[in-house]
Amino acid sequence: MRAEALSGGFAEASVEAARAFRAVMRAMARPGTVERVAGAAPPAPLSVAAGVAVLVLCDPTTPVHLAGAHDCAALRGWIGFHTGAPVVARGEAMFALGTWEALAPLEGYAPGTPDYPDRSATLIVEMARLEAAGARLTGPGIREAAALSLPEVAAFEDNAARFPLGLDFLFCCGDRLAGLPRTTRVEAI
Amino acid sequence: MSISGKMKPGAGMTEYNFAYLDEQTKRMIRRAILKALAIPGYQVPFASREMPMPYGWGTGGVQVTAACLVPEDRLKVIDQGADDTTNAVSIRKFFEKTAGVATTEETARASLIQTRHRIPETPLTGDQVLVYQVPIPEPLRFLEPRETETRKMHSLEEYGLMHVKLYEDISRHGAISTAYAYPVKVEGRYVMDPSPIPKFDNPKLSDCPAIQLFGAGREQRIYALPPYTKVVSLDFEDHPFEASKADQDCALCGSATSYLDEVIVDDAGGRMFVCSDTDYCRARRAAGHVGAQGVPHEEAGA
Repeated sequence: MRAEALSGGFAEASVEAARAFRAVMRAMARPGTVERVAGAAPPAPLSVAAGVAVLVLCDPTTPVHLAGAHDCAALRGWIGFHTGAPVVARGEAMFALGTWEALAPLEGYAPGTPDYPDRSATLIVEMARLEAAGARLTGPGIREAAALSLPEVAAFEDNAARFPLGLDFLFCCGDRLAGLPRTTRVEAI
Repeated sequence: MSISGKMKPGAGMTEYNFAYLDEQTKRMIRRAILKALAIPGYQVPFASREMPMPYGWGTGGVQVTAACLVPEDRLKVIDQGADDTTNAVSIRKFFEKTAGVATTEETARASLIQTRHRIPETPLTGDQVLVYQVPIPEPLRFLEPRETETRKMHSLEEYGLMHVKLYEDISRHGAISTAYAYPVKVEGRYVMDPSPIPKFDNPKLSDCPAIQLFGAGREQRIYALPPYTKVVSLDFEDHPFEASKADQDCALCGSATSYLDEVIVDDAGGRMFVCSDTDYCRARRAAGHVGAQGVPHEEAGA
């Protein structure tokens, strides 16, 4: 194992993870708001925000799928050392990491079951840009309407139509992240 | 990598991890909270831990609070609206000791509020998180005891049984007699138990700017309402839902709009009605409002 896999975790795990989780919770509860997080220094190509999300949410009980360029020795080593999460194929994953192009198509991920819709995958999507502008969002967590620079619209329309089944998303860019749960209705403008 | 930099004996070190729970447990609870927010009203199973208090004393709420707390939080804990009862005082002290967070009794100053069976009278803001302690999370449990069946009923959106129950209330009593834990429907999909809050509080669940989280420790369920979620109390067109309270004003602060507790004051049947929300009542008296049996605030404090 390379030395870089051992560094880049939280310096003070309990407190930094707590602050980071509150930001992730706010992001998931309020689609369209962009939150800033800190504390992780993962190896490329993982962003700081995606690294924080992995440290806060993943452990040996959460299989992770690495898509495209994210499936590299550096990231496998870092995630393995800091979380102990097994790396698996997309169909078995609770979390998936990668760019939107690498993660597609969405059909392969677990959408939950009618009895247990919570047994669904959360996709952590690396973005080149992330801002509260673009596609129009409505639904729980949003007062009237919000906006987010989503990579496309059709996939999220299909995802919302499957409710209560479906996937949930965290979009990451640098040290910023935004959430998009399956309840959000997405329209192009 | 050096250890010495982090370990400063005596410098605020306690024998507890921040907010009591270990990190692995918090991650599991945090994942459940995120899925609960993504599926409003659906009860997410979680591996509830033994806490240093008995089941029924808010272990679900305590675990959710522990997973959400940050050192910068200002925590408020209420038990049926009161900040000064055993349950509220114990839980507040628990987090003062294990998380070192600041606490308050003022609703407006709190960033995280843990509650047993009330929603504060003061409207909540978007910066706040409200954590409910829940005894029985399954709204259908007293109608159908089998978990396998209630789970199927939720998945098929089969809530006829609940409407039959409310209808039987009307046929027997002339009105829906459920006064607390009044069932609600979330975003037109899941029927949810709002925990045993009085139905007076039900309208506050809907379109609330704060994040609302529900934790049931013994029953091992977490559910949630994101901000501005539509929550509708179940009713019938000819028997609409009505948020009711005692037809009195608070005897101490004179409020005609707050939820009231009935207090027996002697052995001769004497009684008075006072605000259930102690912070709301105190703030009103401090602002000069005096009820029928109240005394001006300065004297009350002396």
